[in-house]
Formats: sequence, structure tokens, C-alpha cells
Amino acid sequence: MSDKVRPAIVELTSARTKEFLRETEAIFWVFGFPLLLALALGFAFREKAPDRIPVGVIAGPTASREAAALKRSPALSPRVLNPDEAHDALRHGKVSLVVDSSHSLIYRYDPTSPDGRTARREADDALQSAAGRRDVMPARDEYVHEQGARYIDFLIPGLLGMNLMGTGMWGMGFTIANARMKKLLKRLIATPMRKSQYVMSQFLSRLMFLVVEVTVLVAFGWLVFGVRVNGSIAVLALLCIIGGYAFSGLGFLTASRARTLEGVSGLMNLIMMPMWLCSGVFFSYERFPDAAKPFIRALPLTMLNDALRAVMNDAAPLTKVMPHLALLAVWGIVTFAIGLKIFRWQ
Amino acid sequence: MWPAMTQAIACRDLKKYYADVKAVDGLDLFIDNGECFGLLGPNGAGKTTTIEILEGLTVPDSGDVEVLGLTWKGNERELRQRIGISLQETQLSDKLTVHETVHLFRSFYRSGPAPDDLIRDLSLDEKSNARVGKLSGGQKQRLAAACALVGDPDILFLDEPTTGLDPQSRLQLWEVVQRFRTKGGTVLLTTHYMEEAERLCDRVAIVDHGHLIALGTPQELIAKLEARNIIEFSSDPPLPEETLRNLPGCHGCTPHGNAYQLRVDSLAESVPQLLAAVEKTGAKLLTLSTHEATLEDLFVSLTGRELRDV
Repeated sequence: MSDKVRPAIVELTSARTKEFLRETEAIFWVFGFPLLLALALGFAFREKAPDRIPVGVIAGPTASREAAALKRSPALSPRVLNPDEAHDALRHGKVSLVVDSSHSLIYRYDPTSPDGRTARREADDALQSAAGRRDVMPARDEYVHEQGARYIDFLIPGLLGMNLMGTGMWGMGFTIANARMKKLLKRLIATPMRKSQYVMSQFLSRLMFLVVEVTVLVAFGWLVFGVRVNGSIAVLALLCIIGGYAFSGLGFLTASRARTLEGVSGLMNLIMMPMWLCSGVFFSYERFPDAAKPFIRALPLTMLNDALRAVMNDAAPLTKVMPHLALLAVWGIVTFAIGLKIFRWQ
Repeated sequence: MWPAMTQAIACRDLKKYYADVKAVDGLDLFIDNGECFGLLGPNGAGKTTTIEILEGLTVPDSGDVEVLGLTWKGNERELRQRIGISLQETQLSDKLTVHETVHLFRSFYRSGPAPDDLIRDLSLDEKSNARVGKLSGGQKQRLAAACALVGDPDILFLDEPTTGLDPQSRLQLWEVVQRFRTKGGTVLLTTHYMEEAERLCDRVAIVDHGHLIALGTPQELIAKLEARNIIEFSSDPPLPEETLRNLPGCHGCTPHGNAYQLRVDSLAESVPQLLAAVEKTGAKLLTLSTHEATLEDLFVSLTGRELRDV
């Protein structure tokens, strides 16, 4: 154990870091929770072969031949049913189409159902070609599975942004409100400690965890779901740092006067809730009305998410995310400045 | 640094009013270098507000404060380096160890003892690697004292350093204060333990409702009672106050609940007189106890109230 006196900023940062590492629950919320969320959502929306659409064939002399023809289509899963069963199955959505050839060929389905329409087209093709129809123009299918366009590719940068917001705000806000409540802030300003160094150390400690949490989430997305960083890692890192700075500032401002943990928690949720909903974490904010979009785009999380997606999915260069970076930096500078101005040390 | 200066702390006509209470109401205090000065009073007397104004943590409504010959305005940096503070209710971070906490506070000061030496001086070396959250009340107070001493201060401010501690922990803390004084340090402490003030302080100021009501050495203050002994007694029915006042050798009498407190010179003289008076009125003696006069008794005689809320 060394007995050397280190600079205050080093001691403060190291103290804050140790406090955090010794807070087991906090570790889960920062590192574990986003991974679980990514895992759950990733599996719910994972890529898979499209299901075959169930189709009923009314029992009759030709039914088994028709069923065999339908089976050759990769999109259909036929089974032979008697008329009553077929009626119920269609009504309950157990089949999307009923093929009835007892008199002439009839396709029975709900035209508003996409599965019904697909099944009708597929079934007709299968039956017509089984009956000897020749295509006049040969064609083949080419499937598109472009990396960067899947839901998980959309989700991982969104989760990254959300996590940077949550940990930035809680990491700053909760610690500060807690220290104020325990009169630790008052004790600290009764020493020659520089106030700016205290605030700086909070952010520096945050930054160390930010590196870990971003690495873990990005690596997880890549290893488990093949979500790659198509753009530059350096630009991504810069984005995360500036984003983390903006949210640390917001957290600092939120906690600058709160006297209780309940008070600061309420404020935090009030500030974060609109961003969870509007800033495109789980779904694109394009769905919101045009009138709301300028406001949504001005939110720090929207800016961060847009920029993260641009870099990770579309390989955007630094110049392309420069405006985002600049605005995030402004968010950070302004919130820190106001926070320091109105800060309550005791 | 200032050999000519003899006053460590000086304040004149200090006032601090809050919405519902005059916490400090025109207080003058002059504390000499090397002195151990005690601010005594019940809860709500204005002790904490006063000490926090002197510590530069609270701004007074009016009045002048000089610490080490400097005003807080414009000299905060310098003063913070030269004073050590233990607040009344600080909870240091539970998750850090004793060693880490002392190192953290040491890093704020330009000079001071080696953290490990300080930890040893305060008998915390066995707990050096223990988390603050696991310490006993006495150990926490010694750690708070360590954080106050870590910058090698000229003045040590202690706000109720032993409240709620067991006698042994209190004794250990007193030793810390006395050791600091042998090195020439000035101490300002608040307390509502008279015994603490009598043991530690060169001079004591008794404050109540933001006013100074008595000032002097503990011996001077006790002498103000004009009596060295106290008789506390009650009877059924109670004796008229006049009878008691007229007892030979009695310097005063204060009703004290349904009992009386008599200040007398000599127990040998006054106790038989008192018993005789009780017998003469045909009353029944309920309780009778005696002790040597303390600051506590002075407080009761000055204010008619107990120092600690009973």
C-alpha cells in the first residue's frame, strides 16, 4: 500500500471509481441490463426463414394430388380437410387459404390478409404449373439479407445511445444528490479542494466506465448478432465520449439542486422518458408527426442515436456526424455551465 | 507566520437570522492562539450556526469575522489550507476504506502528516483497510478527526465531536484534541457535555438563543455560582421557596421540575438545616442528592432550563 500523496484529481477520480465498483447493483444496471435487453430483443426480432403459410385443401378425389403440388411451393404448408373443418380453420386463422376443387377450382381467403393473398398467388402458381403451364419468361430469385439493414442493426446503436444516457445521468446525478444528502459535499468544500476538480473527477470516472460499457455492448452485438461497426472505430469512440459528456452534463444539472434522492430520481425520469420514447431507441422517430420532428431531432439522445447508426450501419465519416458532435458538445457545455452556476454545495 | 498576532479567531456583533429563528443574535468571540475554546449550549442555541460562520460555510447577515487575521472574503483558499473541520453530521463515503478516505483528504492539502502516520496516531491502524461503513461510531468520529487533521491545521473546528459516543470513545477523542494542543494548535469545539468542556477547554462561552450568556474559564464560571455544592431535593408538600432561600449558606434556589436545586457553600452546614426545615413544616422528604457544582448547574441557574432536553 503506497503512502504517496497523489494529486487531488487522481484521488477523487479513483475514489469515485472504487465507490462505483463496490456498488454491486449499479454494476448490473450499467453492464448487465443493456446486454439482457439486447439479447431479448435480438432474439425476438432475429432473422429466420419465412414460415410456410398453412393452406387447407378440401377433401375430394383430386385432393391428395393438389396437396402434393402445393407442397412443392416453398411458401405453403398444405393439409387435406373436410369442408366443415376447412371452414372453421379459415375462420380461426389456422389456415390462410382454402383450396376447393370439388366443382371448379376455388380459392377462398380474406383479401385483407397479406398471408391470404400470398398463399393465393403461390397456390395458383403451383397448381397451374402442375397442370402443365409453362412460364413464358424464365426468371430466378435473388435474396437480399443486407447487413446493416436488419432490426438488430437498428437496435444495437439505439441501445448504446440509451445506455450512454442512462449511465451518464444516473452516474452523475445519483452520486451528487447522495453526497449532498449525506453532507459529504459540504465536508468536501470545507477543504481546499477545487470544486471544478470534484466535478471533473466525476466525469473522468464516468469516462472510464463508458469505455468498458461501450466495448461490451458493441462486442456483444458483433459476436451474438453479427452487428458490425461499418464506420471508423475512432469516430464511434469520439461519439460515445461526446455523447457521454452531454448526458453527464444533463445529469449534473438535474442533480445541481435536488436535496433528496426521490427528488433527483423524479427529475431524471421526467427528462429521460421523452427521449426513451421519441429519440428512436426501439423504433424510428419517422413515425412521429412532421411538426414534432424538429424538437425530437434537437434532443441529445436523438442526435446521438442518429450519429451512432450513421457510423455503425452506414459507415458515415467524421464530417458527416460533425453537426451531431457539435450539438452534443453544446448540450454538455451548457448543462455543465448552468449546473455549476446554480449548484447547491450544502 | 504572524508572530505578533495573538488572536486565532475574532468575531464582532455576529448575526444570522433564519425565517423562524434568530440563530445568532449579536455574538462577540475572541479566541487566542493555542487556546481550546468551547461553545456550550443546548440544542438550537446557535452553536452550529456560529461555528459554521467561523468556518466560512455560512455567510452571516452582519458582523465581522477574522480567522488567523484574515477575512473569509478573498482569503478562502488560504484559510481552507490552514484550518481543519469536523462537521456535526457528515457521513463519509461508506464504500471507501479508512486508508482511502484519509488519502483522499490528504490530497487536498499542500502539506500535512503522512496518511499512515495519522491513521496510527488516531488508533485506526487496525481498521486501515476496513470500509467506513463498517466502523463503529467512535471509529467514525476518529476518522472525521483524521480528515480534519490531515492538512496539519493551525485551527481545529469540532462540532459536537463526541455526541452519542460511549465513554471510552469519548476519552480517545479527547486525547486526540489534547495532543493537537500540545503542538500549539487552536481548538474551537461545540458540545453540550459540560464534562467535556471542563476537561478540554481553557475557556468556555455559554450560548442560548444566539446570545452569549456567560464567558470564562470553567473554574471562573463555576465560581459564578457562588457556591461549590448543589443540593437537589423534593418534598411533599413542597417547601415554600422563601424558606429555602433563607437557609444559612444558601446562595440561590432554582425550581427544577417539581424539585428544587439549592446552591450552597458547605454541605455539612446546609444539609442539616434543610432537614430541620422539612421536619418543622411536617413535610415528607421525597428525594435528596448532592454533588459538586458543574457548568451544568451554572446553565440551569442562568436559564432555569436543563442543558440537554430531558
